[in-house]
Parts: sequence; structure tokens; C-alpha cells
Amino acid sequence: MTKMNISLTVNGQVHEVEAEPRQLLIHLLREDLNLTGAHIGCETSHCGACTVEMDGKSVKACTVFAAQAQGADITTIEGLAEPGTLNVLQESFREHHGLQCGYCTPGMITRAHRLLQENPTPTEEDVRFGMAGNLCRCTGYQNIVKSIMAAANELNPAKEAAE
Amino acid sequence: MNDLSPDRAERSAKLKGLGHSRKRVEDQRFTQGRGNYVDDIKMPDMLFGDFVRSPYAHARVKSINIDKAMALPGVIAVLTAKDLEPLSLHWMPTLAGDKQMVLADGKVLFQGQEVAFVIAEDRYINADAIELVEVEYEELPVITDPFKALEPDAVVLREDLAGQTSGAHGERKHHNHIFLWEAGDKEATEQVVETADVVAEEMVYYHRTHPCPLETCGCVASMDKVTGKLTLWGTFQAPHVVRTVASLLSGIEEHNIRVVSPDIGGGFGNKVGVYPGYVCSIVASIVTGKPVKWIEDRMDNLMATAFARDYWMKGKIAATKDGKITGLHCEVTADHGAFDACADPTKFPAGFMNICTGSYDIPVAYLGVDGVYTNKAPGGVAYRCSFRVTEAAYFIERMIEVLAIELNMDAAELRAKNFIRKDQFPYTSAMGWEYDSGDYHTAWDKALTAVGYDVLRAEQAERVEAFKRGETRKLIGIGLSHFTEIVGAGPVKNCDILGMGMFDSCEIRIHPTGSAIARLGTISQGQGHATTFAQILASEIGLPADSITVEEGDTDTAPYGLGTYGSRSTPVAGAAAAMAGRKIRAKAQMIAAYLLEVHDGDLEWDIDRFVVKGAPEQFKTMAEIAYASYNQAIPGVEPGLEAVSYYDPPNMTYPFGAYICVMEIDVDTGTHEIRQFYALDDCGTRINPMIIEGQVHGGLTEALAIAMGQEIAYDEIGNVKTGTLMDFFIPTAWETPTYTTDFTETPSPHHPIGAKGVGESPNVGGVPAFSNAVHDAFRPFGLRQAHMPHDHWRIWKIGNDLGLHDDV
Repeated sequence: MTKMNISLTVNGQVHEVEAEPRQLLIHLLREDLNLTGAHIGCETSHCGACTVEMDGKSVKACTVFAAQAQGADITTIEGLAEPGTLNVLQESFREHHGLQCGYCTPGMITRAHRLLQENPTPTEEDVRFGMAGNLCRCTGYQNIVKSIMAAANELNPAKEAAE
Repeated sequence: MNDLSPDRAERSAKLKGLGHSRKRVEDQRFTQGRGNYVDDIKMPDMLFGDFVRSPYAHARVKSINIDKAMALPGVIAVLTAKDLEPLSLHWMPTLAGDKQMVLADGKVLFQGQEVAFVIAEDRYINADAIELVEVEYEELPVITDPFKALEPDAVVLREDLAGQTSGAHGERKHHNHIFLWEAGDKEATEQVVETADVVAEEMVYYHRTHPCPLETCGCVASMDKVTGKLTLWGTFQAPHVVRTVASLLSGIEEHNIRVVSPDIGGGFGNKVGVYPGYVCSIVASIVTGKPVKWIEDRMDNLMATAFARDYWMKGKIAATKDGKITGLHCEVTADHGAFDACADPTKFPAGFMNICTGSYDIPVAYLGVDGVYTNKAPGGVAYRCSFRVTEAAYFIERMIEVLAIELNMDAAELRAKNFIRKDQFPYTSAMGWEYDSGDYHTAWDKALTAVGYDVLRAEQAERVEAFKRGETRKLIGIGLSHFTEIVGAGPVKNCDILGMGMFDSCEIRIHPTGSAIARLGTISQGQGHATTFAQILASEIGLPADSITVEEGDTDTAPYGLGTYGSRSTPVAGAAAAMAGRKIRAKAQMIAAYLLEVHDGDLEWDIDRFVVKGAPEQFKTMAEIAYASYNQAIPGVEPGLEAVSYYDPPNMTYPFGAYICVMEIDVDTGTHEIRQFYALDDCGTRINPMIIEGQVHGGLTEALAIAMGQEIAYDEIGNVKTGTLMDFFIPTAWETPTYTTDFTETPSPHHPIGAKGVGESPNVGGVPAFSNAVHDAFRPFGLRQAHMPHDHWRIWKIGNDLGLHDDV
């Protein structure tokens, strides 16, 4: 199949890649760029394991064509913090036991990162609603919600003080 | 040399041993996206394998034409049963003593069955090639109902078994019958049931569902033709067993096979079995000389690998007029699908279903399980449970509720009246199990008090009156569950998988500078073994958990073990870890005695050191002893500090718990809201309370899914109706409630540290709690039994069938 030239920025780095028009973004990230943090869980955009950020929005990379990412600015879990360090959300998931098998975690944290940009001072209900596109089979979400709420409080101490 | 002695509490805290909510060591990698799951593995020249699957549930395969597929550039090979037959690999043994087609041999028996294996240079070419394989089918009559399968004129499903009147588990009484497995005393039970004051009878169905871990099954097989060594990375809950099976099937000597379970994205029983994908990948790698990767997609996973449950349980429970249970009778029709691929210990074709007397002192009981073939996917795995204990717990907890209705008694009171008392432990059940320890009344009272049970019942009664007066359309259900599990399989004398005794193992090596590595025969899939096993060892050997690396899952380095499922890791491998630690300590004591120039009997262990009795200022820490073991010539003592333990548990462990769910149900829409969920677990000694709590949250959410909507449903011609996450219910954060957890602590008397295991309790006990809440809401209107899953439509239907919509 004829390949297309695609130029995109991933975690701050510009990449020029060739891809078939039908190639999925998740495969481009995982196979071509070796960014295996985002995972594949369902191929139907229900589970959110493949969540990445594209131009400031959470997208499920299993249902985005690589070609749609032409010119896009993409952030994956690998780009949220300097290698070897944890950002506030990552540290909060560790602190509050917000993960078990770890398979949903990169998508979960990447989504939570965007959620806190969209709404820096969420209620628990906001978090539960805003995370409903990401499935977890291990944690029952209770500690995921706790992790995100704690991260929000740490990032926005003013809110905590106001409460 | 001795460091100044910090106080004992400080030294103990530094170890982060038993009872410490130690943060997980796994999380640094996982939160950064640096996990290494099987689909992350990439090798030079790696090929991709995938299946042509049957669209039909029952059909003859008339022909398979691979020419067009082979003509597609990038396609390397297409394997069919004919290619595997010369290797005797077109069929494979199942863990349940049956055999299963690897690739369709003349016919297909369920939708999604593996028909041909395409090997191509990439996933996309592979998908194209699958479309180009031409298979001609001739449809046959389909059976998806196990009762119809046993009718005299039912179509023969397993023609390969024609004329075989007995199978791996005894007599087959019909051509679609697999086995009858019996436990207890049939005659005595029937006599009790016939003469009892009160008998409650009910058919309780536990529907077919699926473990559905977020990561599907998959593997990478790599045959190195130079060294003759086969390496197999994959989603294996039991890597050592996979190595043995791979050796037996392929004829490759076991030392030339290395099986590795990398990080596993959840298992829940789905990854215990041996699947055609593994066999085909190995063959493909041997044939092509290149690594071959096979990864299921979600539809493959839900349609073909490892369903769970599908038990029709016909019960009779007998009691005196005042509610003392006198007998329990249970006949199960078990739908195993096309091949009996249950993952159970060999002697237990119905798993531990005979724990179905539950938490109750029932003098006599009988269980008979008929296994039946149908045109559904093979399996019967334990979905976050210990071999059918979920079915057993659901059955008894429903029968108790039905008996309470029959007796017009409060269901909490009926339970308390029949619990095995604390002073009866160790308790031998009517089915022959020896329950190790328990204190059910204490747990139950604590749970009832915590939720304010009497107040809730009063509120519920008021609500019913308000409903009757037309003031509300919502009812309240109070779902009770008191479960007893049987986990930690198990004693080698009666538990084996394919002949391998179900012991487990731990090998520990202390380094000269006082850190250590421990390797075990189990494999974590999210349970946090790297964290908790280090805690067990820290408490045993006095080195900080942070200084102990835990490794699992590589058969070239880890000692042989039977893997992780059935809540067996803590009861069995955890015990092996403690025992290995004690061997280390025994040797360390001799070394310390030499260093301190005293008799070893004059020393006593104190947290992280050996101390001279009566002279606490004279001591050697474990770190000092470790160093000495490598640099001093000690008469009569070998250098180094290592130990290995293979632990054969003397008994199973019996965790228990009391769960209460308070649910609001909208009679008109069938929707529900979980107002409160209280979960008290007693898993014996608690290793890491944070991890226990996380396990309980997760297991309860799986229970919520199963009880309230999740199922593998088939239509009459065997189409899977719930093959994607669109239809197969997994709760999101939005519909999952917040749980309250609690505990009592009744150690196991036979486990070295008293731990019992907890991972599966919330699934086992949670399903009856959710389901009983639904039933309980409608009890005042005459509901006795409504089958799960209780999705909105089915709950609406309950109300409709009871005439509750008539006046609206």
C-alpha cells in the first residue's frame, strides 16, 4: 500500500515518518517511535489504555489514523516528566496506590493530566465523570480518584485553602 | 563495628515488614509508561501471527484454500490442521483431561474457533491475508443450551469421542456429557430433605462471563536454531507449567525451553490456560526460524479464550421450623462449551464447588455436577476465584435468602443462627473440607453494627409502605453476604495440575553487603508481589524490604512453582518465602555464634539481629552476618548465605468476610444506585493493608460488573452477542461506588505467618451481596429468584413480572 509522509511532534521532538493511510496512530507511536507506554486494550475506543494528548485534547490513539496526526503536537506518558522523574500526578498515583497491573495507568495518567488542565479544581464527581473514558480492571477506581484529587490539591493549593 | 542500637520500634519500622502499608516498588516504572508487557517486545525480523476464525458455532469445514492469501506480498505461511497433524499438534490436551483442537480438524464447534494461522511480516498484511483465506463451511445444528445438549436426540458435538463411554473423570452418560462429579452423602442428604420441617428449592443460575483483563492474551515465540533453545514470552499466570506443557507437546527438552512472563496487564484467570495461539506461534517460529508474535484483539479474547461460570445450580436446603439448617442438596448442570478446558486441579473437575456449604454448620450435604458440551467457547476458568468457589458462594448465599423467605425470617438472623461457631474450628464440613480457622459471629456482628442494620431495615419497611401508597417509585435492597473461601491450592497429596503437585517455591540469596534477591515460582499480574514478598522476607531475615529484590516469571532463573491464580500466591509461595527466610536465619545464627564466640543456643533473634541472651549490647546484625558469610572461614559452615524452600501446604486456607450492600432501585427504569457498600474481610495475618484494600476495591468492582450487567451471551445459533467492550459491561469510574473496607484478623494456624490470601474474596463475596440487594428490594412483593446479570432491563422486568407497573 502506498505510504504517506507524515510530520508530527511527539513529546517535543519533530518526527518525519512514512505510514500507510490506514495505519493507526497507536501503532505509529508504539511500533515506529518505540513509545510503548500507551497500550491497546480494545480497539474500539472504549477502554482508554491508548490515551494520548493531541493538540491539547485527550484522544484514543487506537481510533485515530496516523494521517490525522499530520502536523499535530502529541504528548504521551513518556513526555509528562523528565526521564527518571515523576510528575505530581505520577507521584500521586504511586502514593495513593492508584494502580495495580499498570496496563491502564499510562492512559489513565495522561487523561488525568488533561483533565486537570481542563478543570484545575475538580470535585470528586467531576473526576469520576471526566475519567469515565478510561477503564481499569484492577483498582475499582477508588484510589485513582483519590490520586487525582490529591494531585489537584497539590497543584492548586489555593483551592484546598479555600475549602 | 556494631552500629549504635536504635530502639526496637525504629529498627522494626525501617524494615517495612509485615503489616506495613509499604508503597509499591512496581509503580515507578508503571507510572512512567516503562512497563514491559508482551506486546512491547520487539525483536529483529519478528513476524506476526493471527487466526482465521470460524463465523459459525457448528459447521463442517469442507475446504480451506490459502492460495490467494499466500500470493499476498509479505505473507510467509498459512498453517492449517493438516500442517500440524504430522507433528501431532493439531489437537492439544486441556488442563481438565480433555483435548482441544489447535486448528479446526474437519469441523468447528464454536464461533471464533481457530481455523488457520496466518504468519506475515506485519499486523496489517496479516489482517489482509486473513480476509483472503477461503474456507468453505457446511452448517450443522447448533446447541447453546446444556439441557438441550443432553436430550436423547441432540446432535453429536464431539465426534472425536464417538463410542467413548468414559472420560478423564469417569462415566459419560450421553454423547454430549463430559462427567458426573459427586461429593458428600447423597442418600443421607435426600433422606433429610424428604423428612425436613421446611425445604426451600430453587434453580440458581450463575451466568457465563469472562475475566477480560485489560491486556489480552499473547506471546512471542523465538526458536534459536543455532543454540536449539526456544524462548517463549507470554501472558502466563503459570510460566513453569507452560514450559512443561510446551516440552511435552513439542518434544523439545525442558532445559531447552525458557518461558518468561513479562509484566502482565491483569489476569483474573484468563491467562492460566494453554491456548492455540501459543502452540501456533511456537510452530511458526520453528518453521520460519524467526520470532513470531501473536496478540489477541479484544473480540478474540472475549469469544475464544477462557470464559468463566455458566453453572445451573438446582438446590434444596432443608431446615427445622425455627431455622436450623439440616441438609443441603445441589445438582449442577455445568456448560463447558466445546472442549472441557477448565483450569482446575486434576482431581477436581468441578473445582472446589463442594465448598458450597459455605459459612454454615450443615450436618449433611450432597453435590453432583454434570459437565456438558455445547457449541460455546471452551474454558471454565476461575475468574478471580479459587476454582468455582464463586459459584459455590453465590449458590449458598442465594439458598440462604430463599430459605429465609420460606421461613419468613430475617436473613441476617438466619445466617447467624447457622454459622460455624468459633469453638468448632478446625471444622470438618459435610463435604470433607477442614476449615482452618474462623470467627464468623464476630465479623458478622461488626458488619451489622457498622451499617446500622436495624435502622436500615426500618427505613426499608417504611419505603415499602410509601411505595404502596404511591409516594415513591424507588425501593431499597439490603444485600447480605457472608462468604467462606477455600484458597491456597494446594496440598500435593490431592492437588495437581497435569501431574505437577501444587506446591510453590522461593529461593533467596543474600549479598555480601546486606541486600538480597528472592525468586519465586509465582507471577504477579498487579497483586504487587515485588512489594509484599519482600515484606514477608524483611520480617523473617531482618533486612529492609527496600533492600530485597523480588523476581518472578523467568523459568531459567526462578525455582519451579505452579503460578499465580486461585489466591494461592500468599498462602503457598508466601509460605515458601517465610520458610526460606527461616533457613537463612538458622544459618545466620550459627555464623553469629561463631562471631560472638558463644553457643548458638545462647543467641536470640531480635528484629534484625542475633543478640546474646542477657547481654543485649552483644549482637550481630543480619547485614554483618551476611558480610561474614562471604569473607570468613567458619569451621563447619559453608560460605555464602542462600536458601531455597519448596512449600507443600498441609491444608488450604479459608479466608472469610461479611459484605453488605445497600441499593436503591428505580422500579420503572430498572436503574440502581449503590448507596453504601461495606466490606469486612478476614484474610488472616495482613501483610500490606494498603494493597489488601486495593485488592478489595478491585474485586468488588469486578463483582459489581458480573452481578449488574456483564455476561457472555449467545443467540440461538451460537453468535456471541457480547464480543466487544461496547456490549460486555465493564463499569467506569462513574458507575462504580465508593466502598468502605474493614477487617478482622483470624490467622491461619498452619501457615508460617498466618496469612490466608485476599485477592479473590471480594469477587467471591461481592457477587452475592450485589445480587441479594436486588432480590431483597423485591422480596416484599414476592420475588424469590431472578437470574443475573441484573442489568436495567432485567430489573425492570422483575418489577413488571411482579405487577409493579400495573397501576402506573
